[in-house]
Amino acid sequence: MEVRFNSVSMQYDENDKTVLKDMSFDIENHSLVSILGPSGCGKSTTLMLISGLLFPTDGQIFFDDKDVTKKDAVQRKVGMVFQNYALYPHLSVQDNIMFPLKMAGVNKKKRLEKAQELADLVQISEHLNKKPGQLSGGQQQRVAIARALAKEPSILLMDEPLSNLDAKLRTEMREEIRRIQKETGVTTVFVTHDQEEALSISDKVMVLNEGVIQQNSNPQQLYDDPDNLFVARFLGSPEMNIFEMEDIEDSLPQNISGRLKQQGAVLAGIRPESWIHTNSEEAVITGITERIEIVGKERKVSLVLESGQMVDIADVEINFREGDMVSFGTDISNMFFFDGDGNRVVTTDAE
Amino acid sequence: MAQISKKTLIYILLGLGALTMIIPFYWMIATSLKTAGEATAMPPVWWPGSMQFSNYVEAFQVAPFGRYLLNSVFVTLLSTIGEVLTAILAAFAFARLNFYGKDILFALLLATMMVPGELLIIPNFVTLANLDWINTYMALIVPWLASVFSVFIVKQRFESISDNLYYAAKIDGCSDFRFLWQVLVPLSRSSIITMVVLKVIGSWNAFLWPLLVTNATEMRTLPVGLQSFTTEAGTRFELLMAASTFVIVPMIVFYMIFQKYIIKGIANTGTKG
Repeated sequence: MEVRFNSVSMQYDENDKTVLKDMSFDIENHSLVSILGPSGCGKSTTLMLISGLLFPTDGQIFFDDKDVTKKDAVQRKVGMVFQNYALYPHLSVQDNIMFPLKMAGVNKKKRLEKAQELADLVQISEHLNKKPGQLSGGQQQRVAIARALAKEPSILLMDEPLSNLDAKLRTEMREEIRRIQKETGVTTVFVTHDQEEALSISDKVMVLNEGVIQQNSNPQQLYDDPDNLFVARFLGSPEMNIFEMEDIEDSLPQNISGRLKQQGAVLAGIRPESWIHTNSEEAVITGITERIEIVGKERKVSLVLESGQMVDIADVEINFREGDMVSFGTDISNMFFFDGDGNRVVTTDAE
Repeated sequence: MAQISKKTLIYILLGLGALTMIIPFYWMIATSLKTAGEATAMPPVWWPGSMQFSNYVEAFQVAPFGRYLLNSVFVTLLSTIGEVLTAILAAFAFARLNFYGKDILFALLLATMMVPGELLIIPNFVTLANLDWINTYMALIVPWLASVFSVFIVKQRFESISDNLYYAAKIDGCSDFRFLWQVLVPLSRSSIITMVVLKVIGSWNAFLWPLLVTNATEMRTLPVGLQSFTTEAGTRFELLMAASTFVIVPMIVFYMIFQKYIIKGIANTGTKG
């Protein structure tokens, strides 16, 4: 099912600040979409608005062509998975999965069949008679997913479903969620603050900051072609290095730097992994090696430039020592330019 | 050695404590089997010369204990059911719902707990008298259908249950009412049982109020009925003790069944997370 927000705004209290501002987007049928952003950006609120647990102060929400703005969670038929799983502790795994069906008045035989089917799907069949407290975090999350899918929801919503799991299990469950979503074809919205999570499993990622959509595109595009400074800095680790235009314009062809400035570019960004060690003539930056971090096969170097600016460089292949004076350059196609408001400036020649 | 003597000391102290608790019960049961002379003899007679089981039969003939028992059971049952229902519903409202003046209202309720119960006896009596409820079950039950303390215990428990569970239930198509009975109540079982236990014991043992609002024999409850053995001519202790034993046995059985919850509940009151 398709979800459409039409200029939705949300404010919890009249005097409070607006949590979401004039938000419009489409979520395609059968897709898995992540909402990604720092804490407090409004991503959970967006999810609550889709679910019908909260209602917008302004704007409309459509499920396919139906206006569901005023409909509650039950009428919208959503399934939801919570960060802390929110399983009913006094009920067995089987009863947990059947609970939504019981509420809907489905007969016992059908409920049991469905519970078995879903338990097989999420691979917890051998635990059906246990209580949630006897299961591990990953297993509880599987039960929560099964419960959310029990009433064949029009849409599956997941609010930071992996953040209570340890790192290894998180990667495993991430793949599981993708598999389950593919197998059932249910439209899924996944809220997270972890970019790796969002980028690895989503068809589309919606980056949110301060209640405004920064960019809504496929994961690769977010990284390769960010719409603005926020997205450019938010995605990628270590963070993109940002320079004042005047500090690096000498290393750009004159016609390009002239055009960029005409278009209002004041900042330039270069990702830590785009730098190439070079001789000082082609260098964009030259500085003293301040710190070298080696994690496994990754080598990260921090340079201090003459201006005092600190620059991170990732994937360095040459072994420097701390205190060495080194130069790095990059291709102009690896540079991103932004105007004073943080919007991306693109010149055709720079592409 | 030091270990053994420390343990011995602990056991002696515990033994003394246990003895202190048991002696009144022993005295009650022993006296219920004595003759009238032995019951009041000085120095006290610790073991009856011959068991006077006939005391029990006689005690039952002095007053209509069957009726008293029925009244006690009826009053305890109804006021307990009533209090559980009002406490659960009120606790849900205070813990989960949002309404105007909620905090002030709850503060007011709590404030009523500061008022000593004795202060309320006269106004309550007058109210009931005006309602013409004296000597009716209404008088014995209605004033005890709600308790702020119970609301408080249950509310604390409800509040410790995660909001997400409420949202999950909403998503699952569960109404507030079903959420209360199918999720909150089962999860609050031990708090609710504590409340029931305290209520049952309190209600079963209530003396002053039933004494005040009833004067007809057929409306009296067991503790009030025990007065029958005290007359102008003195008190028939052996019969009083026989009847007392009879009154207390149901509570002892009740306590044995629920003691796990009573202890847990009291240990958890207010801080249960």
